[in-house]
Amino acid sequence: MAAIKAGETYGFFTDTSVCIGCKACEVACKEWNQLEGDSPTFLADSFDNTGSLDAQNWRHVKFIEKVPDEPATAGNGAAWLMMSDVCKHCKHASCMEVCPTGAIIRTEFNTVFIQQDVCNGCRNCIAACPYGAIGMNQRTGTAHKCTLCYDRLQGGLEPACAKACPTQSIQFGPLAELQQAADVRLAALHSQGAAQAQLYGRDEKIYGGLNAFFLLMDKPETYGLPDAENAKLPSHNDVAGYLAALVTGALAVVAGLVAFRRRGTT
Amino acid sequence: MFLAAEHFVQAPQWTWYILFYFFFAGLAGGSYVLATLLRLGGDRRDEPAARIGFYISLPALIVCPILLTADLGVSWWKFWHMLIDVTPGDTGVNFKFLSPMSMGVWALLVFGFFVLISALDAWIADRRGATLLPPLVDRIFMIVGSLLGLFVASYTGVLLSVSNQPVWSDTWALGGLFLASGLSGAAALITLLVRYRPEAAFSLERLRVADGYFSILELALLVAFFATVVIAGTAARVVPWFPLWIVALLGIAASLFGFRRPRSVSAGAEAAIAAPIAVGATIVSILVLVAVLAMRAAVIFSAQ
Repeated sequence: MAAIKAGETYGFFTDTSVCIGCKACEVACKEWNQLEGDSPTFLADSFDNTGSLDAQNWRHVKFIEKVPDEPATAGNGAAWLMMSDVCKHCKHASCMEVCPTGAIIRTEFNTVFIQQDVCNGCRNCIAACPYGAIGMNQRTGTAHKCTLCYDRLQGGLEPACAKACPTQSIQFGPLAELQQAADVRLAALHSQGAAQAQLYGRDEKIYGGLNAFFLLMDKPETYGLPDAENAKLPSHNDVAGYLAALVTGALAVVAGLVAFRRRGTT
Repeated sequence: MFLAAEHFVQAPQWTWYILFYFFFAGLAGGSYVLATLLRLGGDRRDEPAARIGFYISLPALIVCPILLTADLGVSWWKFWHMLIDVTPGDTGVNFKFLSPMSMGVWALLVFGFFVLISALDAWIADRRGATLLPPLVDRIFMIVGSLLGLFVASYTGVLLSVSNQPVWSDTWALGGLFLASGLSGAAALITLLVRYRPEAAFSLERLRVADGYFSILELALLVAFFATVVIAGTAARVVPWFPLWIVALLGIAASLFGFRRPRSVSAGAEAAIAAPIAVGATIVSILVLVAVLAMRAAVIFSAQ
């Protein structure tokens, strides 16, 4: 890969069609970022023993184990779906929109980064992130998520998860190159009869485009990702919310004046 | 085609501190607004009740930043980062109009100044019969303070909606709902405290009527809240909290049916009516205040 340069937009292309669920990405992420991991929990009915993205899991290999009765198409046996989930580093990022401290910034690599020394743990970003990618670290009192290995990029290294992925399900590079690669891969899958294959976050329909975008083998909802119709920024409720409050306030003031101006009660 | 809203979020774990912050913010804003309306729009005999409103807005507001700071956990000492951006090389004032939390922090700060001055003004008036501010300045001051009070009592609901959380982001009604409920709770709290200031009993009937209006607003917004949540397909998250919703509805019902209605009130008999009012008014006022808390709890916990 060419040298990593500040000013260029970088991201991940995660091709779920070749993910084997090995979780090497999770391990590499924890090793590089010195994440302790959560206490082990028994999730009972899944190979997914990570559970979700949170302050200790910045990569999470999802296992979607709802095997349909019939294969998706002839010649394509229905298999478990696996997907290495991660912060999407959205172009229009919900977390950045609501963060009151300015802790969440866009880096020189056009990624979304939480400055730990600025964050004060208000958790508004957690309420806003539509992907549940941010978690609260109770020990540091700050919000944590994937940094897209900001420190490695500054040192000219690709992110740990992409480096460790044995099947190239996770590809790292300049966003434009990744998008081209994704288009080629999608066309190949379609030509092989995998009509259900689709790109998620490749175009601007999802939060203006995702720096970490995906090739999915089913609908986004199946993977726990909001579709284009449901991918809304928190601010879409700003005007209506304030307007309802304004109307209520105006009516309440009038009501109060009417009540307090009543005579004949003395 | 009916499309349910999809949510794949993590809960922010805004729980007890935030619940009580929402409660006290509603009371602080609501009592300041009611006090202003009583002073500017009421009879001169409403002044004692107005002063109760100005007094109680002060402790109610002082509690707010304490609760918010406590909610930050071990980062409590970075509470001031809400106001000042300390990003190296990009320091400055934080003010993001798309973020209700950012707007709210500033509103709390500025409203605190208005609350403090108005409470001080009421205290000086009580002690020395004088006022701190000239009449015209005082009127403008209270009106500006009331606008801030309306914002503080309502923005918390907007803050919840401006997210991607189920229930919260599926409705536009929370800001108005919290405001109406905060005003209703403030009327109840002033009513409750009239027992310590019998000359304020003159305003009880007016407060009761006002509370009835606020409760009608609250009921309408509650209907809008449930309608929007049902349409969004997330009503199932609200249903398990039905005991809290019932308490909230009981508070509204108590306000609407005017259980606090005083017996015959005659001029100059304020002290005499204080006793018969006390029992009914106290019970209903407490019920209303509990309902204000229960409604906020139901909303907060529905999403988490």
